Amino acid sequence: MFQKFTPPFFLLQITTPPQKNPPPDFTTGYQYPVTINPPPRAELFTRIDMVMLAVLMLMTAYFILYKRSRREVRLISLFSLLYFGFYRHGCVCSVGSLQNVAMAIFHNGYALPLSVGVFFILPLLFALFFGRVFCAAVCPLGAAQDLILQKARRVPVWMDETLSVIPYIYLGLGTLFAATGTVFIICEYDPFVAFFRLSGGAMMVTFGILILFLSTFIGRPYCRYLCPYGVLLRWAAAWSKWKVHVAPEKCIQCHLCAESCPFNAMRMPVPDEVRPSRKSTRAVLSRVLWLIPFLAILGGVTGRLASPLLSHVDITVQTADRVWKERHGLVHGETLESQAHRANQIPDDLLYAKAAKIRRTYTLYTTIFGVWLGLVFGLKLFFITTRHRWDDYDADPAACLACGRCFGYCPSEANEKYAEGGVYIKGNLK
Amino acid sequence: MAAAENKKTRREFIADGIRTGGLIIASGAIGALAASSHAEDTVWQIDPYKCTNCGLCATSCVLDQSTVKCMHAFAMCGYCNLCSGMLRPERVGNTIEAENVQCPTFAIQRSYVENPYFQYVIDENLCIGCAKCSKGCDAFGNGSLFMQIRHDRCLNCNQCSIAEVCPAQAIVRVPAGKPYLLKSKIKQDG
Ligand code: SF4
Ligand code: SF4
Ligand code: SF4
Ligand code: SF4
Ligand code: SF4
Repeated sequence: MFQKFTPPFFLLQITTPPQKNPPPDFTTGYQYPVTINPPPRAELFTRIDMVMLAVLMLMTAYFILYKRSRREVRLISLFSLLYFGFYRHGCVCSVGSLQNVAMAIFHNGYALPLSVGVFFILPLLFALFFGRVFCAAVCPLGAAQDLILQKARRVPVWMDETLSVIPYIYLGLGTLFAATGTVFIICEYDPFVAFFRLSGGAMMVTFGILILFLSTFIGRPYCRYLCPYGVLLRWAAAWSKWKVHVAPEKCIQCHLCAESCPFNAMRMPVPDEVRPSRKSTRAVLSRVLWLIPFLAILGGVTGRLASPLLSHVDITVQTADRVWKERHGLVHGETLESQAHRANQIPDDLLYAKAAKIRRTYTLYTTIFGVWLGLVFGLKLFFITTRHRWDDYDADPAACLACGRCFGYCPSEANEKYAEGGVYIKGNLK
Repeated sequence: MAAAENKKTRREFIADGIRTGGLIIASGAIGALAASSHAEDTVWQIDPYKCTNCGLCATSCVLDQSTVKCMHAFAMCGYCNLCSGMLRPERVGNTIEAENVQCPTFAIQRSYVENPYFQYVIDENLCIGCAKCSKGCDAFGNGSLFMQIRHDRCLNCNQCSIAEVCPAQAIVRVPAGKPYLLKSKIKQDG
């Protein structure tokens, strides 16, 4: 009996027979205990989620675009935060779903679940018609930031423009790592999940607290300077059929709403005398237009060069690298990964081949990622140099989060229910 | 003025086109997903034949209490007198005294079945998923103890944070309708 517990360890690693102690034939009628394996949350739940998503967005669209009222939208925000955030623990959300979609398209062997597909598509579809009503009150991430916003400090325009490039980079990176099947970084570094679950690692909790703290005096920092899904929503909302308009009828240029948007989404008219002349604009434009393809190529080349670095995020590539180095005596000792590789008795060549394949996909995808970055910077320059055409004050449909805060500032609104406490408008006069 | 009007209608025309296109693509995609038999929800699970019992499961779950627990494939178990999952390899003497038990929470309950066999049951509420026992069982026993994500506890994160660190890449997406990857005698024999 005894010796079977103490054979030399190294022998066991290689020559373990499937079963060392044959299961007994019981003579006393012993029955194996029954183990209950609880199923995951019923599929019914994901159905409810989808319906909830659609209904809440419809309600938000109704209250913002038709009723022009913010009060109900706050309630919907609160509900979304409680339901999608705290009750459903923030998974799956539309922001993360874009990675599932990328993986389903580019990575073999992953089928997109219906619920995830719906979470990805519906908010975009709604944005095409009603603007970003998803952001207004349905996204739990947005709701968490929005509900704790006190008095928003204005972010200087140069800083706002610079930081707003980050979501495009993040979107590219998130797609890259999802398309290669490596990891979902947007989920892994979601600053709100730790908060929704009231549990999490020290780093993510700190990050979450930091973002929430910033949200109290900067309007939705995650939405504006990080959210990768927001990029897609911007594109869709720019073409929306029904848009948020600050003035219910016609803007009378009273300037009262100029500072009302905490998210820098208000477009201001540019007086004629400040507007650069057509000619000078055109000169700048032609230079910028020429820059765009140049930046795209530069980005592509850089992306390709960065491919070995980026592919090292992949655990198979890492393991292959490590095992190769260990084999060639370049490093000493084992990592958990190389240990696991040996324990599972996978031939080294198989691992190397797998890693090489992943590296090849990376070469292609990082090149595309680089081109994307080049285009983003180029187009950003282009839009900075051209965006000066508005005659009235109004919400920029792409940036507007449809929160409804600005409605109360417009004197044409002529409705007391927006003048919270009666000093709402006055207190913000400059 | 006329030019401006013209431009506006052109823009509106393009916008209408984009919206119609978006609507068609969106309904097509959702319809295709709804009709597809592969579009079932997925959940995370540990492939016990890949898991190397590294112990990261205990500390890497987003929840403070890991959802990963040890499970027992009783049909594979040798019902050993001295369980190499329960007891430390470097134990002092062959007793089941507390100092020889390797489970940090004493989650493994040993009970007599019939001579010379003993049954080992994991108390799931005590288990912290450290994989010490399954490591011992894999090394010196039949490998009947193995780690699984328990779905009454798992939040089904879109990115399981254990999957990200698992050195054996043992954590995989499985269909929600078949959420466990159990070890079985048949598989092990074959
Ligand atoms: S911008 Fe992103 S995080 Fe913010 S509300 Fe919209 S989808 Fe949510
Ligand atoms: S509704 Fe008004 S205040 Fe709210 S995001 Fe849009 S422009 Fe800004
Ligand atoms: S992290 Fe992976 S190898 Fe380690 S115990 Fe968990 S499943 Fe097993
Ligand atoms: S040794 Fe670890 S994995 Fe095994 S029962 Fe105890 S706590 Fe659970
Ligand atoms: S999916 Fe989330 S809750 Fe479930 S085991 Fe992984 S990290 Fe833990």
